[in-house]
This record gives sequence, structure tokens and C-alpha cells, in this order.
Amino acid sequence: MKLDFESSKPIFLQIAEGVEDAILSGAFPEGEQIPSITELSASYKINPATALKGINLLVDEEIVYKKRGVGMFVNQGATEKLQQIRREQFFDSYIAGLVEEAKRLGLTAEDIKTMIERGFSK
Amino acid sequence: MNCIELKDISKSFGATQALRGVSLRFEENKIYGLLGRNGAGKSTLLNIIANRLFADTGQVSVNDLPAVENDKAQQMIYLMSEQTLYPEKMKIREVFKWTKNFYPDFDAAYAQNLAAQFGLDTKKRVNSLSTGYSSIFKIIIALSVNTPYVLLDEPVLGLDANHRDMFYRLLIEKYGNRPSTFIISTHLIEEVSGVIEDIVIIKNGEIIRNESCESLLSKGYTVSGKASQVDAFIEGKEVIGVDSLGGLKTAHIMGVPDRREIPEDLEVTKLDLQKLFIQLTNS
Repeated sequence: MKLDFESSKPIFLQIAEGVEDAILSGAFPEGEQIPSITELSASYKINPATALKGINLLVDEEIVYKKRGVGMFVNQGATEKLQQIRREQFFDSYIAGLVEEAKRLGLTAEDIKTMIERGFSK
Repeated sequence: MNCIELKDISKSFGATQALRGVSLRFEENKIYGLLGRNGAGKSTLLNIIANRLFADTGQVSVNDLPAVENDKAQQMIYLMSEQTLYPEKMKIREVFKWTKNFYPDFDAAYAQNLAAQFGLDTKKRVNSLSTGYSSIFKIIIALSVNTPYVLLDEPVLGLDANHRDMFYRLLIEKYGNRPSTFIISTHLIEEVSGVIEDIVIIKNGEIIRNESCESLLSKGYTVSGKASQVDAFIEGKEVIGVDSLGGLKTAHIMGVPDRREIPEDLEVTKLDLQKLFIQLTNS
């Protein structure tokens, strides 16, 4: 995970998304412990309050849960849940921008389709 | 109330007025950035809190105890400053030993451990250290002293990038494991902008901003794109700075961006603290 301090996306959201990415990729498996607030904030050199705000989003969405005095763990079913959320966001996150750029470059829907097929066949 | 409180503090050096009626509160368990240009009054402010200087007028209290000439209050404060006030001929490890006598919560084992991490030889004498290692030596004490308030005046002076990185990481670890108030005065604003929770900006001896980093940065934004489009967009807005690069322009604007109003071709990003600081503190 890499933080972009210049992005208009707040750092706490970037932290939450970074942890989500790690869960989706299997780097943080379900049932396993994730790094503590102190570890996260120290490694990205951000204020612990910022990291906590990001992680609390994931707690609210029941992606991770807190075990008092032990730490934070990835919930069972978190991957499935995240995939569901990300699928719903897929159009806005990726397709909208792709189409916009394609129009700027004069690429047709047909051109894009060919490219997507090429991407999948790799 | 648990905080350092300054009430109407003024201080002059001859004809120079270093602080003008400063009232301010540093709360418990927060990391503060104390930012200001050279000569703005940052060090004077910290030195007054720590009793190394005395205010002409006004009061300072620490957890409701008067701070002036009061050991009980001063025991709660550690100030790391540019000056090295330890006996020159003393070895580092002896300084660690003595510090324990003045600050009972000083963790000598942790200090030794940090010295090893930074590669500081504790058999060396205080006056034999380079600028960088002199800062490291004082940083180590500040991180091991365990007082409720730790004041760091230009802590990264002379530190290379690796050591600065280590310092910020260790500071956050320390804060995470055992919270206390850290007040960091620095010129290297970009580096601390993620670390600090609250920001105090001082200009010509007066406090001009005192709020959370998040709220300060949310008060403005940056747009960049084709110069003509940027120019058209910023018309009538409170612009605090513009950078041009060929036909491209970047404008820093105060206010909240109205997404519907921004042309698609313009890119909106967060205001950066350094830019904002420069604009706010330009004479």
C-alpha cells in the first residue's frame, strides 16, 4: 500500500482502501490479525488518529473486528463482502474514466472491447 | 485541566517584540506542529513554557499548576532544543544515568536500544558529536524521558533522510504505545504534515492559526490544467497562489470546491500544507 499525500482522497480513506486491497489479495487472510494502529501509523508516518479513523470505517462495515486487548482481525466472509462492494463501484471507479479517456483519444467501443479481450487473454 | 495553557504571554528582547499577547492551549496526548518562519517566536514560546526564559507579562500553567519556578510543573515537561545543555565532557551513557535522576520515568534501557538503532556510540562524549548525532542524542532522550509533555524544537536539525524517517517512525510508535503530548517546531512542513494532529502557526509573535490539520487543509484546494481554463475558473475566487508551467497552471484556492462548477478537464487536488503555510506567513 502506498499513500498519496497530494491526492484529494483523504489519508484515512486511503488507509482503509489499502487494508481492503490487502484483504482482497489474500495478504491479510480471513480470521488473521492485521497490523495494529501503531504499526500502521508508524510505517506510513501518519498520526494514529488518522489511521484509527480509517480502520474504524472497516470495523463499521464489519470487514474487520476488534478483539479487546489482542488486536484487530479480518472477519470471516470479508473477502466476499469486499468483492461485492467493489463490483458495485467498478463502473464508477474504472469504466467511467476509461470511456472518458477513450473519447478524448477517438477510440470506439469496439476498439476498447478488443483491448479488453487482449487484456484477459494475457 | 490537563494541558499546557498560556495566557496573554508577551516577551521582548530589547526593542524586538518576540511574542505579543499569545494565548494558547496544548492539550493532553496530542501531537502538535508549531510552525513559523525564522524569528517568528517559536523557540521563545517553547523556552518560556520550559522556564528557560521568562515572559514579561502573562501566565503559563501546566495541568493547572503555575509553570514559573515550579518543579512540580516543570517535571512534566521536557524541552529538546538546539542548544546542548549537558556537560560537554560527559559521556552519553552518563547523561542517560543522570537524566534518570531528574526525570524518574526516563527509560534508560529504551534509550540504549534507540542509541543502538541510530548507531550512536554511548561511550562518546557530548562535545564529540557531529551536528546530526547531537540531534539524535537529544531525540533519544526526548523519546525516552516519558514526561506528559515533550517539546521538540527543530528536532531533525542536521539529520539525513534515513534518520529523519526513523525519527518520525519512532515518535509515532512511542506515541502509540505510551501517549503524551508532543509539540514539534519545524521548518520541514511536508514531512510532519501527516504526523501532526493540530497545527499552531505563529507569525511575528502572534498566533495566526490554531486548529486541526484536517480542518485547516479542508479550507482550500488546488486546481490544475490548461492556463486559460484555470484562469477562467479562478476568476472571483480567493486565490492564495499560482504556479505556471508553460501552458499549464496550478492555482491554490481558499474555499470549498463545488464539484459541479469545476470543468472536467481541470484536476482538483488537496491543498498542500507547505503552500498554505508560505502564503499565510508571507510578510
